[in-house]
Amino acid sequence: MTLFERSSKELQEGLHSGDFKIADLTNEAFARIEKLDGDVQAFLALNKEKAIAQAEEMDQVPFEQRGPLFGLPIGVKDNIVTEGLETTCASKILEGFMPIYDATVVKKLRDAGMITVGKLNMDEFAMGSSNENSAFKTTKNPWNLDHVPGGSSGASAASVAAGEVPFSLGSDTGGSIRQPAAYCGVVGMKPTYGRVSRFGLVAFASSLDQIGPITRNVYDNALLLEAIAGVDANDSTSADVPVPNYVASLNGDIKGLRIAVPKEFLGEGVGEAARNSVLEALEVLKGLGATVEEVSLPHSKYALAAYYILSSSEASSNLSRFDGIRYGFRAEGVKNLMELYKETRAQGFGDEVKRRIMLGTYSLSAGTYDAYYKKAQQVRTLIKEDYDKVFENYDVIVGPTAPTPAFKVGENIDDPMTMYANDILTIPINLAGVPAISIPCGFENGLPLGLQIIGKHFDEETIYRTAFAYEQATDFNTQTPQIWEVK
Amino acid sequence: MAKLTKEEVKHVAHLARLAITDEEAEKFANQLGKITDFAEQLNELDTTNVKPTSHVLPIVNVMREDVAQKGLDREVMMLNVKEQEAGQVKVPPILED
Repeated sequence: MTLFERSSKELQEGLHSGDFKIADLTNEAFARIEKLDGDVQAFLALNKEKAIAQAEEMDQVPFEQRGPLFGLPIGVKDNIVTEGLETTCASKILEGFMPIYDATVVKKLRDAGMITVGKLNMDEFAMGSSNENSAFKTTKNPWNLDHVPGGSSGASAASVAAGEVPFSLGSDTGGSIRQPAAYCGVVGMKPTYGRVSRFGLVAFASSLDQIGPITRNVYDNALLLEAIAGVDANDSTSADVPVPNYVASLNGDIKGLRIAVPKEFLGEGVGEAARNSVLEALEVLKGLGATVEEVSLPHSKYALAAYYILSSSEASSNLSRFDGIRYGFRAEGVKNLMELYKETRAQGFGDEVKRRIMLGTYSLSAGTYDAYYKKAQQVRTLIKEDYDKVFENYDVIVGPTAPTPAFKVGENIDDPMTMYANDILTIPINLAGVPAISIPCGFENGLPLGLQIIGKHFDEETIYRTAFAYEQATDFNTQTPQIWEVK
Repeated sequence: MAKLTKEEVKHVAHLARLAITDEEAEKFANQLGKITDFAEQLNELDTTNVKPTSHVLPIVNVMREDVAQKGLDREVMMLNVKEQEAGQVKVPPILED
């Protein structure tokens, strides 16, 4: 039993009625982390002293001045900068790096009264699907410690699934919020590109990266997105589109909702359990008054190749700033500046990061630029047009989040191509820039499966409304892993 | 588009400012070759006259008023610099004698 069984609403009720204080919630987070993190391995840095002091101060704030997230603890992925709290992107090259300002989302969390308890492990620079690419530790899946939590926001999902924190922030470039949310049985939203400011998010692929919330239920997720969304003068790619009151639309009513199911999302490469759980979910949605029709997104199979070329090209440029000069790791015993760059980067980056930097550098080189980079950008246009076409006639697109449940630690680590294939169902969404959520929709051998609901640009509202209706009609989100019960 | 040779990988590593051993170049040539092989499938698509997408939203330059704003303090900016002298970042020799 933990206080974090409760939703944000129930936690606020408990605070209001005096059952517990904000300090108790903060202490509960650190107590759970102490008990469970030896197994789960989710946290890279803890903000204990400051968080507890902040909680005690906040307990003095009158109730009428508090919002719905006030005083609630949250974990933050380690590629989001937090002033005075070490931020490494799980890379040796940033070991010991102390940010000197807060990311916009971190400021917004503070404005909402949330308490950052620590930084969450990830695949190095968000490149990976299992958290095995972290330079520091391998986070485990709370449902079965022999399995991966997914990636790259693996620990963001695992910490929420284990009840160490009720909320976390992740980032999603090709599925990095949704795939781990599916693997860990929690709710993860990748908002529309531009919905959330990227200022202070260490860039991987700037045209694809987006920060988003991970929670145990849809209502809390909508609440947290509302808190972090909005245009930001510090991010010129953030969109000046009004942020709706998401929770206001959560009424369980989806009568007349037009759902499209792409045949490409239920075909070859998708496991039977994942397919069946989606087919059952569609029956539930039909029962609630939605209509379901099959559609085609004909360019889906090309998304993976286009994504690796584009994301790696952008990464090769973004990661050039890590040169050992102004921050982070610096190689020793070098004789000149060129050697300093080369040795710092060779010793500081892990293999997956090096592979992608080299793939990107190659794709952008004279002689290969047109064949790789430009070609991939053109294919991106075709993929985006597939989605535009479907959304002319439908409100949401539904399919599985991942082809299978979480795989075993070590199973795919030696084969980059097999590892990449875990993201075939999430990657096209980033290329199209549309929003998508993953919510729990079943189990296979005790491991969770995820339902992906994709919406139109800036229509997170309809996604949340659909996800909420489904959640109300099922009980997958109320189930917790055994590890949850630790005393 | 052909398989990457070891020499090509070494050249790319140099462009990317990554020190690389012979062994690593061999391993990466093999792995990157598999990825570029996979990327060949994009050639199945005719993209004549298809515009490339670099951003999904119609993004325009965002300007702010030309008013001076206070930046970060120099002392704070130097906080993460490993080697420094007199408020400046120190690096190894750029030109060799």
